Amino acid sequence: MPERNGHDAPRIGFYVCHCGHNIAGTVDVAAVAKFAATLPNVVVARDYKYMCSDPGQELITTDIREEKLNRIVVASCSPLLHEHTFRVATQKGGLNPFFFQMVNIRENVSWVNDDGKAATAKACDLVRAAVRRVAVHRALETKHVRIHPDVLIVGAGISGIHAALTLANAGKKVTLVEREPTIGGHMAMFDKTFPTLDCAACILTPKMSAVKNHPNITLWSYSEVTEVSGYVGNYTVKVKRKPRYVSEELCVGCMECIDACVYKEGKTPDEFNQGLSKRKPVYIPFPQATPQVVLIDPETCIEFKSGRCKKTCVEKCDRNAIDFKQKEEIREINVGAIILSTGFKTFDAKRIPYYGYGKFPNVYSSIEVERLVNASGPTSGELILRDGRRPKTVGIIHCVGSRDKNTNRWCSRTCCMYSLKLAHLLKEHSHAEVYNFYIDIRAAGKAYEEFYDKLLEENIHFIRGRVAEVTDWCARPEEKGKLIIRVEDTMIGVVRRVPVDMVVLAVGMEPNADAQDVRRMFNISCSTEGFFLERHPKLAPVDTFTDGIYIAGACQGPKDIPDSVAQAGAAAAQALSLIDAGEVELEPNTAYVVEEDCSGCKSCLAICPYSAISRDEAKQKAVINEALCKGCGTCVATCPSGAIRQNLFEDEQIFSEIRGLLEADEPILTGGEA
Amino acid sequence: MPDKPKVAFYWCASCGGCEESIVDLAEDILGVVAAVDIMFWPVAMDFKKSDVETIADGGLLVAMINGAVRTSEQEEMAKLLRRKSTLVVAYGSCAHMGGIPGLANQFDREQIMKYVYEDSPSTVNADHARPVPATGNGGPTLPAFRSMVRALDQVIDVDYYLPGCPPVPRMLKAAIGTLLSGKLPPKGTVLGPDTGLCEECPRKETKPADLSYTAFHRPHEVTIKEETCLLAQGVVCMGPATRGGCGAQCIAGNMPCTGCFGPTSRVRDQGAKILSAIASSVAAKDTEGIDRTLATIPDPVGTFYRYGLPGSLLRRKIADHN
Amino acid sequence: MTTTAEQANGWEPRIVAFFCNWCTYTAADLAGVSRLRHAPNARIIRVMCSGRLDPQFVLDAFARGADGVLVGGCHPGDCHYMEGNYKALRRVRLLERMLDGMGIHRDRFRLEWISASEGEKVKTTINDMVARVRALGPLALPAKFADWDREMDELEHAVAAQTEDVHA
Repeated sequence: MPERNGHDAPRIGFYVCHCGHNIAGTVDVAAVAKFAATLPNVVVARDYKYMCSDPGQELITTDIREEKLNRIVVASCSPLLHEHTFRVATQKGGLNPFFFQMVNIRENVSWVNDDGKAATAKACDLVRAAVRRVAVHRALETKHVRIHPDVLIVGAGISGIHAALTLANAGKKVTLVEREPTIGGHMAMFDKTFPTLDCAACILTPKMSAVKNHPNITLWSYSEVTEVSGYVGNYTVKVKRKPRYVSEELCVGCMECIDACVYKEGKTPDEFNQGLSKRKPVYIPFPQATPQVVLIDPETCIEFKSGRCKKTCVEKCDRNAIDFKQKEEIREINVGAIILSTGFKTFDAKRIPYYGYGKFPNVYSSIEVERLVNASGPTSGELILRDGRRPKTVGIIHCVGSRDKNTNRWCSRTCCMYSLKLAHLLKEHSHAEVYNFYIDIRAAGKAYEEFYDKLLEENIHFIRGRVAEVTDWCARPEEKGKLIIRVEDTMIGVVRRVPVDMVVLAVGMEPNADAQDVRRMFNISCSTEGFFLERHPKLAPVDTFTDGIYIAGACQGPKDIPDSVAQAGAAAAQALSLIDAGEVELEPNTAYVVEEDCSGCKSCLAICPYSAISRDEAKQKAVINEALCKGCGTCVATCPSGAIRQNLFEDEQIFSEIRGLLEADEPILTGGEA
Repeated sequence: MPDKPKVAFYWCASCGGCEESIVDLAEDILGVVAAVDIMFWPVAMDFKKSDVETIADGGLLVAMINGAVRTSEQEEMAKLLRRKSTLVVAYGSCAHMGGIPGLANQFDREQIMKYVYEDSPSTVNADHARPVPATGNGGPTLPAFRSMVRALDQVIDVDYYLPGCPPVPRMLKAAIGTLLSGKLPPKGTVLGPDTGLCEECPRKETKPADLSYTAFHRPHEVTIKEETCLLAQGVVCMGPATRGGCGAQCIAGNMPCTGCFGPTSRVRDQGAKILSAIASSVAAKDTEGIDRTLATIPDPVGTFYRYGLPGSLLRRKIADHN
Repeated sequence: MTTTAEQANGWEPRIVAFFCNWCTYTAADLAGVSRLRHAPNARIIRVMCSGRLDPQFVLDAFARGADGVLVGGCHPGDCHYMEGNYKALRRVRLLERMLDGMGIHRDRFRLEWISASEGEKVKTTINDMVARVRALGPLALPAKFADWDREMDELEHAVAAQTEDVHA
């Protein structure tokens, strides 16, 4: 017969919470308490208004003492909310905190049922299950792990930069990894930011510079994380540093090598300028790039392709910074916390072919226009179209790839404001007639509505309607040579044809193309839309379900710069909170092999994705490394001879729970069964 | 001279192999016969039911009952021996878990009767005659044929189990020694080791640590390599989910273990556990790929519950999709 | 099919649901927070990962009187513990065939991938499953076991009577 815990007979204290009206409004809590009193081993059964309150918890601690209880069951809200609270109360009463079981009769019962009778019956079944289960709980010790004080931040856009500075100023050592050759992210590409119309570079570059110079920040640009292992407080991360073929230590960013390059002019589409200009094989993304170091593109550099270049760049460099032999390096670091601030990508407007992006040269995406109006952009801030003309009319189409069940359902939050901003800037640069085609104007932030008001005074035209099509087919002679925007103007109920010289598509924000790969590497989840998933949308927007890993900025969902900075600060605060606590408690729901039960059949060895199970060759048995075990229990279910046990989720405990759920009308079973 | 302990052997729905295993004690049987008084062993000598009835209640030290229970006669004898005996040992797989006859639990009584008495290829029964339990008039009666096969402990209280199809003589000898010693293990113990067969399997070292399955092969479909782990060759072997103690005899015969010793004490359903262990290591991750691999195990119930169907959690197939 | 007698007795399907902590259990909580009312017939057992699902639990639930068993886990590729749900999927596919062979209707056993943000899916899955199981009627294995074992009762009395005769 199965071995008992070796405990004294269970003496269970049962408590059911009214939770004000939340539970008691549907479930007859008095009846549940009365019912619980009839269950085996239940010595005390009470109902109380708010079990999580101090007096509620005191009921538990007092009863443990006075009624000599050795098990506690609380029926109230979700264990995801208060399991910890009641474990602490149990411990305060002098018991091991794991002699506690929680029953969810709020989220799972009273909040999803209106039928009081059915809800009460369901609650009673769940209570009986918990009473059966807790009777076979064992005492367990929580593991304490020390937290490594260093932090890794992945992605150095405005969010990553802000988080890095916050943590570095608090005295923590930060490694900031950025896959592009420069930090700054999307914000570095913008011209002006709404609603203040601050120059983006002007407010960003001081922060970029601070990052570069901060003694506590190690900046690894042009680098990517390749592997993550470990657990909260003890992560080991491998970072691949891609070769620039230029020494970061020696290059001072004078850029004379670029002038000297055998290519007289650039032939490769410039990534930073969204392909609107060309660059040479040796280049720097933009003049204020941080770090201010050039790099060489091996795909287009003649020296790499043929080995026979004159290498005028090397000649010119009086620092001897160019090194064609530079190799990729893999570095390994240990950190206690990780912040992911990997940003977003813009919606690819080619997915909406009827807007003509990629077909008509004068249809632009918003990010391309940011570069056009930027003084350091491909046209030095002059509004010149691909065909050389200056536009006299511009149409800005909102919600491209957003709020659309054919592409992305969500609202990308920033596009209305940046469309208004671009409207203003385009008008300012060219005095063109500007039309904004919108569905709603979402101007919810501080001073945003006022910004919109100002635009209305600038004689920008607003047409409410979802644009059906951008076409070059002319219906009338005046339309020749223009792009026609066809839209139903819903305010007046008429389908209009608006001829423009330039179309700007307000493309939405999407998760990065490799978001799924990245999140798997860090073992966090994504929401259905593909953005990184926060632990709670309201109460824990920067935590993830993986302890020690935080998210900030647009990678968590579309948002503007103020919100990104706020989240970055929040993530830094969470990381600080973890690190300064010094150590963290881990739930002891790990699995272990009972050595005398193991037959060495090897069924479990390859099952563990964390490689926590190995074979002791001397003993010919499996053994689990407790530090690596994350407590999923997959090996326990796999073991064909029942030799592996999982703390908190033992077979016997789950079988007891199943029995308790169903035994309402258990007939006498013949033989065998105990 | 004190009376020697009295023992009885009986066979229910049995092939006789368990009785043979006692005979297989060879010379050791002399020691047994010297130590105990065999009061009842119908397979060996002409014992009658009345021989049991005349024993006082509890007069036997141990009754070793093999075979599954299917008829009312077997139930009656089991209950009788239970009264007359201090200890009852469920001897062999059939008594332990239902055994091979237990596979009949995949059919209902009517299906079985119809097949055996009418539909089987070698039966000629134009009148559709069926056995009748009694003709009346005090004529001969037949025992009732129950609706399902039962393990012994589903009919009477069982003290110990000796696993195996049949049990190995070495373990029988050890069991008798234990029972006679007076130092009895806890009631309900299976008298054998409590780890999986792989522990004593000579092919264990050849099983890779990262074994994953793309297809399974039934023993007749492949030439099984000697000295290589059967699972590593894609042949379903119940070894990991089966209690050891037999010395891995089937493996020595170059055939897979089929699970006759039943599960270890920590497992409630042997078939479910081997299913879990094997399925978990299927290589494919997509539903179609997984199904394709698993389709090469054509009969999961028969394969995983070859000896243990009545003793499993579900006990029998529920009549036509319930 | 549910008999009228069963309906008259007020039989309600009893579903045991094994939900993984990170995805499906969280989604069930979300359904609660969002007040998405649904059928009360499912009783949830929380496990850390769908990979913890031992087929024995499913069989035991049926044997003890469950009319249906539901398993909820993270979508493939999203398992909090990387691959536990793949193991669950593989076991479930074989277990489904085995349950077929044991005469338990497919609609009584279900595996559903439900992520932490899919509170609505918890509601629709439970409602749908309860409807299907209700149409099938009770499985009621404990009652069936007791029923089948009754065939041995008549014998008890006969044996008792016989042995009385012998000692009389």
